[in-house]
Amino acid sequence: MADLKTKDRMKIKRTEMPLRDPEVRKHDFDEVPVGFTMEEAVLEASRCIDCGKPHCVEGCPVNINIPGFLKALEKGDMQSSINILMNTNQLPSICGRVCPQDQQCELVCIVGKKNKPVSIGNLERFVADYAMEHNLIPDFTPTEAMEVDQKIAIAGSGPAGLTVAAELRKLGYKVKIFEALHKPGGVLFYGIPRFRLPAQVIDNEINNLKKMGVEVELNALIGRTYTVDALFEEGYDAVMIGTGAGLPKMLGLPGENLKGVFAANEFLTRVNLMRADKFPEYITPVIVGKDVVIIGAGNTAMDAARTAMRFEPNSVTIVYRRSRDEAPARTEELLHAEQEGVKFLFLNNPVELIGDEEYNLKEMKVIKMELGEPDEGGRRRPIAIKGSEYNIKCDMMVSALGFGVNPLITSTTKGIDVNSWGAIVVDENGMTTKEGVFAAGDIITGGSTVIMAMGQAKTAAKGIDRYLKAKREVK
Amino acid sequence: MYKILKRKVIAAKTVMLHVEAPAVAKSIQQGQFIMLKLNEYGERIPISISGWNREEGWLRIVIMGAGRTSNEILLMQEGDEFESLVGPLGTPSHVGKFDGTCVLLGGGYGAGAIIPVAQKLKELGNRVIGVVGARNKDLLVMHNELKEEVDALYITTNDGSEGIKGFVTNALSSIMEKENVAWVMGVGPVPMMKAIADMTRADKIPTYASLNAIMVDGTGMCGACRVTVGGETKFACIHGPDFNAHETNFEELMLRQGAYKEPEAIANEKFKDFDFSKI
Repeated sequence: MADLKTKDRMKIKRTEMPLRDPEVRKHDFDEVPVGFTMEEAVLEASRCIDCGKPHCVEGCPVNINIPGFLKALEKGDMQSSINILMNTNQLPSICGRVCPQDQQCELVCIVGKKNKPVSIGNLERFVADYAMEHNLIPDFTPTEAMEVDQKIAIAGSGPAGLTVAAELRKLGYKVKIFEALHKPGGVLFYGIPRFRLPAQVIDNEINNLKKMGVEVELNALIGRTYTVDALFEEGYDAVMIGTGAGLPKMLGLPGENLKGVFAANEFLTRVNLMRADKFPEYITPVIVGKDVVIIGAGNTAMDAARTAMRFEPNSVTIVYRRSRDEAPARTEELLHAEQEGVKFLFLNNPVELIGDEEYNLKEMKVIKMELGEPDEGGRRRPIAIKGSEYNIKCDMMVSALGFGVNPLITSTTKGIDVNSWGAIVVDENGMTTKEGVFAAGDIITGGSTVIMAMGQAKTAAKGIDRYLKAKREVK
Repeated sequence: MYKILKRKVIAAKTVMLHVEAPAVAKSIQQGQFIMLKLNEYGERIPISISGWNREEGWLRIVIMGAGRTSNEILLMQEGDEFESLVGPLGTPSHVGKFDGTCVLLGGGYGAGAIIPVAQKLKELGNRVIGVVGARNKDLLVMHNELKEEVDALYITTNDGSEGIKGFVTNALSSIMEKENVAWVMGVGPVPMMKAIADMTRADKIPTYASLNAIMVDGTGMCGACRVTVGGETKFACIHGPDFNAHETNFEELMLRQGAYKEPEAIANEKFKDFDFSKI
């Protein structure tokens, strides 16, 4: 295919990802996209015209050399393809599955101007899975000569923590990740359902890190089991905080503590981490209602809606105060949710949760909304329509409205400044106001995507390297 | 990893364990708790701590068999290990040097949980009175251990088989008649904690309750342990577990504790007719 002309490449139809039948998949937790075959992948990769100014690279928060790995794939050079990919992205099998490509690399793909953009995310997934299956994952273990006698403690094994660990271990630093839960992966594990990100994919990525010599200590909550200061006393030269956003935001409405009202994190954790879908083989229960309502329209909301669907309720409805155009979820997630029978109630907002005498949620009062002038973020502001309240049947409500910041580390460590909403403040190197302490991910943004966390983590990793190099020189 | 170093049956369906957990034992303070998980299939449950040894690196816990997980723990032996143990969790109890007597009341497992608080209060120079309640004398636990840490100990049993006949609040009311009570804390079943709060409210005696809400992760991430205190939603796992008892909505806590009654019964079916007399 290498001799194809640009004109011809532009004409090739985008290969859509084959999906499992919604009527089958909504009854299980197996992965929904089936994956490309080699032929499909090569054909799709050949749609990349290798343009002079690849906007996709800039559109990627970690600046993957996208044309590079696509052209290697097109030539069938899988080893080069994975090498190029992993040169900038340590977790390609995860990003290929969960990144909002439609809002990043694929949004700015030049092929998309006349045709549909190249399916970059699906190809990233293909190359990463292929490399894993065929033992092509490049070995980033530092040589003995590269080993550096400085160690870094990382709080949290989510996307930010894993990225910093990989970047610094590659450079020869000793790295240890501390994870509060009993399984590593953070939000990748407890938050994202298996039908979107299989547990095996996360395990593989973490095993790769372990092979490089990254240590992982589970059941260790930084701020409690070990404070940041205790880590320095133990001889760590730098500490990186990647503990995620933490506290789920509740609605602040009457009835929010009724039985049947959940934060998305609780519902998803019960199922993803604790395996309540396999109750009573697994002891943790979950009670999914008959009429489930999810509040919010981000990826977490879609995850919660589709997870609820797999417990076979009468109905699952997403209530969102803006319109479909403003929904922050990946286009694909909205689509998959729709295919599986999730209903959408756009331009509606909950105002009250109504329970019975046993304190069980029974109904939700909602109010209709209309869109007004754009707000600071450029999205049109939703305004309640006076007197338009009505009740909908609802015995389970899941709030997916984002997070507040967990104050645990900042309240147990002196000198780490937070902003007005509690997120940790960092400089351009990712360093907090406390020397030697760095932070990345949701703890500095208050809630974003996996890839944004990884982008910040790369900044922090560079900052840590610079900081520790300077420390070595002083010695 | 988290090995049972010592096990003792201390009452019917009740064991006291020393569990190896050096990092937790090093940093734990009064009133904090841990989350335990038995094995791959296990749930994460919050467990209060009745003591520790920082040098030897173990925690002392008291387990009363009630649901599936606590019943499983009753059958565990010395040398057995827990898959996961994380802590110390929660904010330490709000102790200080008080201008009057401190009264600590424990019901059931709570009798053990108040011991570290008693030790800390004594260390700070307070006069401390302990009250331990149970249905009958055979169900009394940790009263001997608590006795070592307090200036005076009251025992109450519902049937009068030992100590004062009645509830811990009967002991509290007689203490309040005799002494200038400055600080009160109750740990145990919700009706007990509520009764304590009702008794001290009129005199505005600072009173705390340790709220045993249902938890999943125990670190603030999931929001399962929401409680209403002073009209505001709080997370028992990080804002608590100790809260101002006068402002706590105990009715809501009790209703929420019952949210999983049915699945809990299914999970516990294994132990429905189990003979625990020979554990």
